[in-house]
Amino acid sequence: MSAPKRKLKVATTSLAGCFGCHMSLLDIDERILKLLELVELDRSPLTDIKHCGPCDLGLVEGGLCNAENVHVLREFRKQCKVLVAVGACAINGGLPAQRNHLDVRECLTSVYRTVPNDPELPLPLDHVHPINDVVRIDYSLPGCPPPADALWQFLTDFIAGRTPSLGHGLIHYD
Amino acid sequence: MSKTFTMDEREIPFVEGQTVMQAALADGVYVPHLCAHPEFKPHGSCRVCTVKVNGRHAASCTLAAREGLVVENQTAELRELRRELVQLLFVEGNHFCPSCEKSGDCKLQALGYELEVKTLHFTQLFPDRPVDASHPDLMLDFNRCILCELCVRASAEVDGRHVFALSGRGIDKHLIVNSESGRLADTSIAATDTAVSVCPVGVILKKGRGFRVPIGQRTYDAAPISAMPEGKKP
Repeated sequence: MSAPKRKLKVATTSLAGCFGCHMSLLDIDERILKLLELVELDRSPLTDIKHCGPCDLGLVEGGLCNAENVHVLREFRKQCKVLVAVGACAINGGLPAQRNHLDVRECLTSVYRTVPNDPELPLPLDHVHPINDVVRIDYSLPGCPPPADALWQFLTDFIAGRTPSLGHGLIHYD
Repeated sequence: MSKTFTMDEREIPFVEGQTVMQAALADGVYVPHLCAHPEFKPHGSCRVCTVKVNGRHAASCTLAAREGLVVENQTAELRELRRELVQLLFVEGNHFCPSCEKSGDCKLQALGYELEVKTLHFTQLFPDRPVDASHPDLMLDFNRCILCELCVRASAEVDGRHVFALSGRGIDKHLIVNSESGRLADTSIAATDTAVSVCPVGVILKKGRGFRVPIGQRTYDAAPISAMPEGKKP
């Protein structure tokens, strides 16, 4: 009798994102039950675990718009063997990066009338960065969000030990 | 017997005066391209159609077909080169597909899908390019311009209006509008002009159309650009 296969450990996070990519992950519908037979979730908005332990796979949604995003991303890179940029914001900054040609101070004062100053607020960066500006990324899943079928294709390929491959209809930028 | 050259070990027939790309496309062989358009003279600026001819790189849209040429088109090396060219076009502008009305009908995006561009690889420049929404029927979003000059050529050669031009050099090169104010509203352009419909990306857009065709039901959602007959491409 062979020993039961170890479940892969997977962590997910949303940095400067809208959680749309996580919604797309949930959009795999009942396939999520099959997924949970094969993987165990570590840090993720779905588990509410606050810090990432050693993981086989990290899925990062969102780009980097503040110091906390950078801190979380570095934790993920340190703990995850394979790190994946999920969605437009992680790959190219996405919607938050539309502020990149504007001055941060002007942005904040035009919205809040002042620059918010609370020790609990992470410091904003002067530009929004894609995550590969700070850490090495092993794979990217484009889309806003990536289609649920693209996430499923990637995850099943990865779990089976194949090089993930997305055909026509699964690579989308919109 | 017609003259031929070899492309990826296939004999491509051509008639005198055709370019390598024209002959290949006429024979049903796809060569990726952006600035080339069947109705306009070859331009050779985007280089996405680069092939290897007798061991040397050349833009197939400007290279005259000759008997005996040995052309490489769909090789891993050329695919990688074309992928990098498309990535460079993306990082030079602000191509935020999720908010672009042209998404799904855009040739740059379709080439990204075709060449499996999943990441931009290079550092993005995030240039500051204001939008010109002055015209009542048209919108001009310079953020997406890839400097193919199709609108410049169409406005001058077909519409006879000379509305567009490129100004500046190198990384500072940009699209300008031929009016004293620099605004599109102060030109003679009309929404029915060829210059409007020929834009391969989302720079020149007709107002009031927006997302009439939903995302997911657009040209390149149905089939990859390589499988789409030339005449059916927007």
